[in-house]
Amino acid sequence: MTSNQVVIIGAGHNGLVCAAYLARAGKTVTVLEASGQVGGAAITREFAPGFKVSAAAHLLYLLDADVRRELSLDAAGLSFSQQDIRTTALAADGNHLQIAGDALQGANIGEADRLAMREYRRLMNRFAAVINRLNKRLPPRIGTRDRKDWIELGKLALNVRLLGKDDMREFLRIAAINIYDVLQENFENPLLKGALSMDGVLGSNLGPRSNNSVFCALHRFSGLQGLSMPRGGMGAVSEALAGAARQHGASIRTSAPVSRILMEGDHVAGVELSGGEQIAAGTVISSADPKTTFLGLLGARNLEAGFARKVQNIRMRGNVAKLHLALNKAPEFKGLNQDQLDNRLLIAPDMEYVEHAFNHSKYGEYSAAPVAEITIPSLRDNSLAPPGKHVLSALVQYAPYQLTSGWSENKAAFTDLVIETIAVYAPGIRSQILHTELLTPADIESEFRITGGHWHHGEMALDQFLMLRPVPHAAQYATPVNGLYLCGAGSHPGGGVMGSAGRNAAHAVLGRKDTEDQHP
Amino acid sequence: MSETGNKATARTFDISTKSHYLTKAFQSPFYSRQDPLNHLREWGRWADYLSPHAYTCSSMEYFACRNACTVFDLTPMSKYRISGKDALPYLNRLVTRDVNKIKPGRVGYTVWCDDHGQVVDDGTIFHLGEDDYRLCSQERHLDWLLTNTIGFDVSLADETHDVAALALQGPTSCATLKKMGLEGVASMKPFDIGHFPFEDSRLMVSRTGFTGDLGYELWIAPEYAGALWDRLFEAGELHGIQAMGDEALQMLRVEAGFIQARHEFMPAHATVRTGHTRSPFELGLGWLVDFGKPVFNGRGALLAQKKKGHRYNLVRLDIDGNKPARDAYVFNTKKKKVGTVTSAFWSPSAKASIALATVETPHGEPGEKLLVEIYYQKELKWSRVMAPARVVTDVFYDPPRRRKTPPADF
Repeated sequence: MTSNQVVIIGAGHNGLVCAAYLARAGKTVTVLEASGQVGGAAITREFAPGFKVSAAAHLLYLLDADVRRELSLDAAGLSFSQQDIRTTALAADGNHLQIAGDALQGANIGEADRLAMREYRRLMNRFAAVINRLNKRLPPRIGTRDRKDWIELGKLALNVRLLGKDDMREFLRIAAINIYDVLQENFENPLLKGALSMDGVLGSNLGPRSNNSVFCALHRFSGLQGLSMPRGGMGAVSEALAGAARQHGASIRTSAPVSRILMEGDHVAGVELSGGEQIAAGTVISSADPKTTFLGLLGARNLEAGFARKVQNIRMRGNVAKLHLALNKAPEFKGLNQDQLDNRLLIAPDMEYVEHAFNHSKYGEYSAAPVAEITIPSLRDNSLAPPGKHVLSALVQYAPYQLTSGWSENKAAFTDLVIETIAVYAPGIRSQILHTELLTPADIESEFRITGGHWHHGEMALDQFLMLRPVPHAAQYATPVNGLYLCGAGSHPGGGVMGSAGRNAAHAVLGRKDTEDQHP
Repeated sequence: MSETGNKATARTFDISTKSHYLTKAFQSPFYSRQDPLNHLREWGRWADYLSPHAYTCSSMEYFACRNACTVFDLTPMSKYRISGKDALPYLNRLVTRDVNKIKPGRVGYTVWCDDHGQVVDDGTIFHLGEDDYRLCSQERHLDWLLTNTIGFDVSLADETHDVAALALQGPTSCATLKKMGLEGVASMKPFDIGHFPFEDSRLMVSRTGFTGDLGYELWIAPEYAGALWDRLFEAGELHGIQAMGDEALQMLRVEAGFIQARHEFMPAHATVRTGHTRSPFELGLGWLVDFGKPVFNGRGALLAQKKKGHRYNLVRLDIDGNKPARDAYVFNTKKKKVGTVTSAFWSPSAKASIALATVETPHGEPGEKLLVEIYYQKELKWSRVMAPARVVTDVFYDPPRRRKTPPADF
């Protein structure tokens, strides 16, 4: 009676993508979102009267091109205020480094670094293409006799081999090591190395010298597209997705927090909302993070113990804070032209600085000198701030989820420290601030309902990737619980506003083993 | 949601008062009584404890158990106390059988698996009181049991070293306990638990055992261990009581058809090689798997195995001749190797050469004729025999006194 009923928990971008594909395939889909607006962590919201900002992710670089095309997101209203955004690595003395693709400018950059940059980007893009191909496929499982798993593993091996002898060796050499060593081998300019190392550590619990940081950088490259900013902020992506889902017939309920997943025997039977309302469904798909889904909504007692332990051991402690400033005018950065202000601005003057910033977080402290990725989206998007006024949005690292001395006691001091750090590069900024908001990982956990405040729903690392994401036996979106699926960033291919997990999950639900072959 | 924590509280063993790091092994609380009786001066190991192979002569100990009664030190057995609001659901998720059926004051035999449906161990669940259980097994499982507490409101304690235990087995065991003054012990049915005053403490008695005979297991605080041993031997003197070691127990349990970890199966968590573990079906324990429970460890894998069929059958073999078939290969009548013997003895009670063996499916049907390749030596001269064997369903030795309540006096 309810077998055709599909309930999707969470209207984050992946939940919406999954809903759209399933509704398009004729399923009766209900999306239940706890908060009052769709989007999950991909939302635009007001943080001060008249000032709006992308509340979590603020740059788009991984959005699945197939999702964008197949769900006609452009027709559904998705447009961009900025595309191919350049990067400026800020220097305290104002001699900044401009990075636009391979092109480097400023910071007394040498010819050797220019050449090295070209080769580095060529390699990283080639390697990222291997990962990009995986992003759109059901991850193969290891140790099964399923022919499709073997074929998929074979294709992976073949794609690595097709890199050619030299590039393959280099891929295998660097894929699991740290980005500090790789950048040290290739580059001289400290500012350049600092900026590039951010690709490997942004959004993760890694310093440049941590293993997996090259892999993290490859994941960031794997979108194979430039950085862009949706018009209206990240919420515009979610609105477009919600529009597509509704158009295909999915119904989306906001302010409908799911409190638990209901079981009937060994099969899911639906969900219960925190108000007590029960919604029957033969298929429940969760875009919530795996810990929330399995240990919170379902309950470990409905799982076999080895699986529950694996879920409990997923590494997902956020280490990123988000700063929002409402400014009375455009900020002025030393040595930065007005036309460079809309770049992605990095505070990562050298790799040692980044590593030292990371060190604190290992011991439950926030960075004494944090690193930051700053954007000022209102420069090109006047829907975000009143005329003449601006918003500054920054990812700030490192701010460990488990701050030993407690976030409630230290949030104000950390916020001040971050502003002080930015003021090194933009000395007048303090007097321009009309309103400040800082989201610590603890805030991110409570606002977006993500365990540990880790917005990738789990560290992006080789041990939590592909057939290991989120854990074995749940890596193909189906879980050991009959009728329960995952579709969030905790599943392959992981975090970032991609939509691939939602799309892959929809195909898994529809019983299509191979997503790419369905959509050549 | 904050990171979902583990609600269980665990009490673990305090080693600060022990000297095992000097002696490299624990001495049982009965050691002072065992040591003078151990004429062979040989000690084996059971986990972290010294445990005698035999005290004088394993054959004599065997016959003492079948004809009088024997005392075997059970203290090294793992004992885990599981209590609290979720104790029952915890156990039901842990083991394959339905624990609801083990009523208070009763003991149940069970088996438990990992997520792959492979046997972690077998053992007994003692339902001590409301929301209060004890799980006993040969192997140590604290890590796995702690893992199982995720999401359950239970308290878990390792009581292995806090409870001294003896198995009193054999036809005169009940008479001995009566003589000791355990009022009402005769009315205990198999798998019953009873409590009796002992000095200023309490003695717990369960009508359980590993010999397939009339017998009891006695549980007491370690400080009363010596007194318990002395009272037993005093009361049992005219009932032929003897101390018994592990060698005799092996013969007894094979006669009774009982399987044992590291003989009939490798505990899943102690096994490195894939395919070397066993599912309950492969140990003849399918009757302990209750798919009516919506979730238990290994359920998914066992359901799949039930559909697909299992790989092995555990069988009892009645082998021609009198040569124990230890470590032998098992062949079908066309001399194709189909399995191995896991435990084998000459059974003095059944007057037969008996064995437990693992054979590949579909072999192992009742009555099937097989061949067992036995190597044996007489004064260093080796011989080999391909002994015909027959798959039997009944256990090799099953005296009615095992179940009779009240037991007859001997």
